[in-house]
Amino acid sequence: MGLTFMDGNEAVVKAAVYAGCRFFAGYPITPATTILSGMLEALPPLGGVVIQGEDEIASIGYCLGASMAGLKAMTATSGPGISLFSENISFAVGSEIPLVIVNVMRQGPSTGAATRGADGDIQFMRWGHSGGLPVVVLAPTCAADCFTLTVHAFNLSERLRVPVFVASSKEIGMTRETVDLEAVEKPPVVDRKIHGEGPYLPFAAEPNGIPAFLPMGGPVPVRQTSSMHGPDGYITTNPAVMEAMVERLKGKVESSIDSFSFYEWDAQETASTLVVTYGVTARSARAAVSRLRAQGRPVSLLVLKTLWPVPEKVLRSAAESVRRLLVVEANLGQYVHEVSRVVCPKPTHFFGLMCGRMIRPEEIVREVIRAESS
Amino acid sequence: MPSLLNPSRPPVFCPGCAHERSLHALDKAFQQLKWEPHEVVVVSDIGCSGLFDVFFATHAFHGLHGRALTYAAGIKLARPHAKVVVVMGDGGVGIGGAHLLAACRRNLDLTLLILNNFNFGMTGGQYSCTTPQGARVASGFLNTLEPPLDVCRTAAAAGAPFVVRRSVYSADLSAKFAEALSYPGFAVVDVWGGCPGRFMKANPLSPKDLDVLVEKAGLWDGPVSGNERAEYGAEYARRLGAAAPLWDWKGIEPRVRANLCGRHGAVFLGAAGERVLSAGHLWAMTGVWAGLHVTQKNDYNITVMRGPSIAEVLLSSEPIDYPGIEEPDAVVVLARDGVERMGDVWRELSPRTLVIQSADVPVPEHGGRTVVVDFKKAAVGRKDRAVASLGILARLSGIFQIEDLIESAMSSLPPSQRDATAEVLRKGADVPLG
Repeated sequence: MGLTFMDGNEAVVKAAVYAGCRFFAGYPITPATTILSGMLEALPPLGGVVIQGEDEIASIGYCLGASMAGLKAMTATSGPGISLFSENISFAVGSEIPLVIVNVMRQGPSTGAATRGADGDIQFMRWGHSGGLPVVVLAPTCAADCFTLTVHAFNLSERLRVPVFVASSKEIGMTRETVDLEAVEKPPVVDRKIHGEGPYLPFAAEPNGIPAFLPMGGPVPVRQTSSMHGPDGYITTNPAVMEAMVERLKGKVESSIDSFSFYEWDAQETASTLVVTYGVTARSARAAVSRLRAQGRPVSLLVLKTLWPVPEKVLRSAAESVRRLLVVEANLGQYVHEVSRVVCPKPTHFFGLMCGRMIRPEEIVREVIRAESS
Repeated sequence: MPSLLNPSRPPVFCPGCAHERSLHALDKAFQQLKWEPHEVVVVSDIGCSGLFDVFFATHAFHGLHGRALTYAAGIKLARPHAKVVVVMGDGGVGIGGAHLLAACRRNLDLTLLILNNFNFGMTGGQYSCTTPQGARVASGFLNTLEPPLDVCRTAAAAGAPFVVRRSVYSADLSAKFAEALSYPGFAVVDVWGGCPGRFMKANPLSPKDLDVLVEKAGLWDGPVSGNERAEYGAEYARRLGAAAPLWDWKGIEPRVRANLCGRHGAVFLGAAGERVLSAGHLWAMTGVWAGLHVTQKNDYNITVMRGPSIAEVLLSSEPIDYPGIEEPDAVVVLARDGVERMGDVWRELSPRTLVIQSADVPVPEHGGRTVVVDFKKAAVGRKDRAVASLGILARLSGIFQIEDLIESAMSSLPPSQRDATAEVLRKGADVPLG
């Protein structure tokens, strides 16, 4: 077994190439910049195109054009760039344009601390676009996860025709670590469904279904629009057509959550507390859990790698046998609201920090003991 | 050639709208060029000009306000043979100014028609970036305070190789459209026309008036002297390969030995320009060559040539969960900048931590075991201190043999740096310690 020394951003680049990404556009921003430079090294020799946009709005716009022309596309940024992506994210949601968005989060708000990590965009990624329809958010804990989840992100984005976020952070994206690439899970690559025979209606699909794709610039004229549209791609104000459309956009993502609920559940039979966490904090939690167990304190751990849609079944089943939950996140309390909603009325405790350093294992140990004695 | 207009969606512009004239002139130009519906992609913006894509039976892409040029560029780069036409109004020029400048500078083979009617028609006739100062619009006095933007001069200044300005009543409008469409590069057509629903109600604008206005602003006829150059897409294509991805999942097979059971965390505290991060990387890579699990976190200012430079390297015989260093096994003190950045960690040090301290760098009081190194006396320059400290760290921690460090340097560094680095490592290993 030989190890490779790489950071999360390098793993994202490798995975994107593996998943068939052939278009990337981005604007330099710490801590996501090395994805732009990595893609610029990787794609052109394979015939793929990389553009440095004049701003983030342009970068995601280039990606949407290229994706509708048939290429698998990706962009990468951090919180300030996600803010600028917002309007085009809602376009991709409403007009079913496959796109992978890597958010290498840094400490915010606003310009924040460019070289410090945090998970402050967890609700923002879900809700930070007009209309409130669902997107998919996957959260890696390490470089190996960056590889596997970026491949899943492309697969889901192609399969569901929806923007998919990879919620990385400075602590994952820019920390180099040894990875056993031979052992890393490499999901088989999925491509979008292409329209076969017969007249083409660009947005025709069953309820909860996904329309078949034909590319802009291909042999059959295709309509695409950011406006509310019916199956034919023309603007509509017909309430019945609009209802069917928005219900489908919601249902197609949320109804298949069981097929992409990624998580690690380390349950201990006699545990009364379940620690729930994600991102780099999961690694502090793993260390904390082994220390607690070594002290003879049973505790269970759930690391969520799919954050949106909320994998409610997973949460409920992991919470079933415990008396309380402790949600730990690198922000001042975001995903805890989802967890407590799902496991209600079970008591849900929270511990979070967003002060420019990782949460330490000892802090989680302390919080578990505190929760158990409260 | 038959018309490319959409038989199922006839135009619905206001009576007398300039846009409808442009629509038919564009259709005529398509016919003149014998383009087929599936060859053409019409990308439209927001506003009344944004209805254009619906009226053509071509590929149609209608996106967000001001961003049409970005979608068009993505489509064109992905499908170089598509004939991509962008239609926007003066509103799109204003909100998407950065994209217009970028498109002019880039010279990708797109055609941009700007349907310039001097106001935001769809929202009620507010002023746009091209509204004349003397016009009466729905923005009160605001337009009287700002001179209008000359789109053609702006485009030319930004590098557009082909710029046309015409009144929508101009007899050669469709001929000019056809020239722009067939121009192999970024072509801009600034079409001036009236908005009968809004602008023209308070600002009468006859065809003759428009002619006068256009003449005053200046007719632009096509190629811009000095701006004509190679097209972006063709230049990009010359730089593209056609290789299939090569997958090598094999990592580094261990070839040196490490004397480590458990974890060892080292923190290198230096300043920019001292090769601190490179030294940290070399220490980390030696761990990788020894088959250890390794993490490396760096910290430095955005002013990369000034300020602290810190590397944290964690070596472990077991897989690493938490990638932070809770209690360092070694702190290597190379410069004051790094010492200050480390802040309160000093207070927490116990004799478990080995502190390798440059003789000329003061540190706060702490409980670690200190070994003082006089780099000056040992004739180790500032830029070599960090690398030399690896020799000392190897010797004092016993984790690596100096020969293994050198072997790792030989394997990980570019040839030009190898011999000098080996010499510095040896120097470090032999330096007298206080």
